[in-house]
Amino acid sequence: MAIATNNDTQQMAATKPRKKKLPTEVSILAVLIGIALLFEIVGWIVRGDSFLMNPQRLLIMILQMSIIGIIAIGVTQVIITGGIDLSSGSVLALTAMVTASLAQSSDYVRAVYPALTDLPWIIPLAVGLLVGALAGVINGSLIAFAMIPPFIATLGMMVSARGLARAYTDGQPVSMLTQEFTWIGSGANPVIIFLGVAVIFHIALKYTRYGKYTYAIGANPQAARVSGINVRRHLVMVYAIAGLLAGLAGVVASARAGTGQAGMGLMYELDAIAAAVIGGTSLAGGVGRVTGTVIGALILGVMLSGFTFLGVDAYYQDIVKGAIIVAAVIVDQYRQRKRKLT
Amino acid sequence: MAATIDSASSPQASTQYLLEVVNARKTFPGVVALDNVQLRIRPGTVHALMGENGAGKSTLMKIIAGVYIPDEGEVRLHGKPLQLNGPLDALEAGIAMIHQELNLMPFMTIAENIWIRREPLNGLGFVDHAALASKTQALFDRLGIDLDPEMEVRQLTIAGRQMVEIAKAVSYESDLLIMDEPTSALTDREVEHLFRIINDLRAQGKGIIYITHKMDEVFEVADDISVFRDGQFIREAPASELDANEIIRLMVGREVTQMFPKETVPIGDVVLSVKQLGLEGVFEDVSFDVHAGEILGIAGLVGSGRTNVAETLFGVTPATSGTIAIDGEETVIRSPHQAMLRGLALLTEDRKETGLFLSLSVLENMEIAVLRDGYTHGSFVSQHQLDQQCEHMKQVLHVKTPDLEELIGNLSGGNQQKVLIGRWLMTKPRILILDEPTRGIDVGAKAEIHRLISKLAGEGVAVIMISSELPEVLGMSDRIMVMHQGRVTGFLDRSDANQISVMQLASAPSAASA
Repeated sequence: MAIATNNDTQQMAATKPRKKKLPTEVSILAVLIGIALLFEIVGWIVRGDSFLMNPQRLLIMILQMSIIGIIAIGVTQVIITGGIDLSSGSVLALTAMVTASLAQSSDYVRAVYPALTDLPWIIPLAVGLLVGALAGVINGSLIAFAMIPPFIATLGMMVSARGLARAYTDGQPVSMLTQEFTWIGSGANPVIIFLGVAVIFHIALKYTRYGKYTYAIGANPQAARVSGINVRRHLVMVYAIAGLLAGLAGVVASARAGTGQAGMGLMYELDAIAAAVIGGTSLAGGVGRVTGTVIGALILGVMLSGFTFLGVDAYYQDIVKGAIIVAAVIVDQYRQRKRKLT
Repeated sequence: MAATIDSASSPQASTQYLLEVVNARKTFPGVVALDNVQLRIRPGTVHALMGENGAGKSTLMKIIAGVYIPDEGEVRLHGKPLQLNGPLDALEAGIAMIHQELNLMPFMTIAENIWIRREPLNGLGFVDHAALASKTQALFDRLGIDLDPEMEVRQLTIAGRQMVEIAKAVSYESDLLIMDEPTSALTDREVEHLFRIINDLRAQGKGIIYITHKMDEVFEVADDISVFRDGQFIREAPASELDANEIIRLMVGREVTQMFPKETVPIGDVVLSVKQLGLEGVFEDVSFDVHAGEILGIAGLVGSGRTNVAETLFGVTPATSGTIAIDGEETVIRSPHQAMLRGLALLTEDRKETGLFLSLSVLENMEIAVLRDGYTHGSFVSQHQLDQQCEHMKQVLHVKTPDLEELIGNLSGGNQQKVLIGRWLMTKPRILILDEPTRGIDVGAKAEIHRLISKLAGEGVAVIMISSELPEVLGMSDRIMVMHQGRVTGFLDRSDANQISVMQLASAPSAASA
């Protein structure tokens, strides 16, 4: 048998067009468009106004979703490995606090570190990313080496990081940040950062060894190990990246708000998980895409914005949101069952 | 397919059968699991189903037990068509199945497991535990089972659980019992016990479908035999009219001698040399050499440590003692990655557990082991190159798939196995370890894989092949190492090896010399 590459088959492979099946994203996109159109129609009926023909509203919607979207891209990768990350909202708050404390301007009397004011923007940003990544490394190490279930390890981090965020300044907000730093969160910058992160990790998951290993570990960790993958090390890396992205979200959130507050990002982890799951990421692992998560985040955003536009009470918004998350998981279960039957 | 039925086409006489399956067809995406299959069970008989793995026996049983709904065809019980929409329907209709994989709840007692869904209740609507225990005891007395009904199932041995499963199936007082390899975990004495139970049930007029791979059991218990191959019904006949060779011929569809196309190739230098290798508590003092171009077979019963030796060589469970030398140089292997760097490859025993990525595509399954070297630019993979190489492998190995993007779960077992072999061939191994390379795949794919192994040896690859199928080990190996309870009991050359000499070493604790 010729193991070496053979020219004939190479040409055959090159000339044979690959049959493309409709990716799952198409159906999720259809749901997004459907929901948007529904709000449009109901909007005209109820309020005599267009939902979509309002750039201001759409920009606000995307801005709101950007921060959750950044987290969700990290959470997506964790879920692809078959894990879960409940800590992202709290890690966001912790990084927002630490970052803000290093981004305060000198004309403010209540600086956390009076000697460290007016620092160049890169320092709070870098420290924020580092804090986030560190939290992720702790999550990953607990899961990969101490063999603690991801749910429990990140639940612990969720509680502890939130406590640490509060303890950091005794619950006081950290305000008066330098203009240089708040620029990060100004205008459409959060959207640009979100989309940039999405592109980077879309490529990383699809075209790099990192991505391929991530899917393999989620699909079958034992087979991944026997295939020569250092599963533990890779898991730590994936959780570290999720932490890093939560950290980035914390930086953006504090820059946008111009303050760091320990209550930031409350329940964001659940919205992030919801965005991933609505976007077709399977909680069983091995399945999921960044594009799906981006659309999932937009679905959440359109819902929020649409209900506000229609004047529907926030309580009812949550009821519908909950139902959509459950529906997405039902679809996922159905897909898995189809897979298992074969 | 030439199917011979002794009393063909007499629909009026159909009520003489307890159960009939007529023209059943079942497909899964990409696979026809059953095609035009029939089965007829007479009351008061044991009917053995014979066929290789993948012949369709399990699918057929799942249809009868209501797990699968057939695409075409009909199941008739007592001559009446049966509409089953789930396993509960089958139970209600009087069909009970003892599954190959045990379905008991470990933290509940034996009695609770047996009567689940049918617990006797007291006046207040609570479970009457005294009645539960006494009913179970009565059942056990009848079947001669000596177990405490109050014991939790997790405390039982596998054999004990098997007996509980059997008792549970009997407790439904079903007319038809399906037993799928019931003896695989039983000792000889327990098997005898099971056969006594089967004889009792037969005397009561019940029908029993008995699936097994053990030829001697078939002739001991079966009245009738139906043979299946590749999803097709081949033949039905009374057991007295068939012998083992005939059954094998029917199952395999060709003369068995054609099955192992081992070529004689020149044997080269020692590539792998293992000395006193041990894994604490599992195996010890395993020493052997493998030469380039040689196929070393490892035989032994399940639990003899065969698979553990393979996993230790490959760094899955690093050795606790002994040395491994490759090309005469001593080396340490503590992880699969290190093993791969040293030219080893391991096709694992359990395709589903440790081989396949079921949610991923054929391509993603095949390329995974070579992403570290050759096919990458920095962190990025050279997808174009990978596509070409995987396409090439697909053609060389005759993998039947619409395209490389297909989910691997939609392929048949044989094709899945070929993809996994392709995964390892892409690493260009010098030492290839194959653990049960043809388990659960159809005969055609089996022969192809055997030819491939032979060819690889011809190209100078050192092959270690573990197999539970003696004919495979005997047919393919240049040399056979036999293990028993974690120790090597002997080596046999191709010329000295036969079923008897291997089995003697595999079951005899006293070490024989090579």
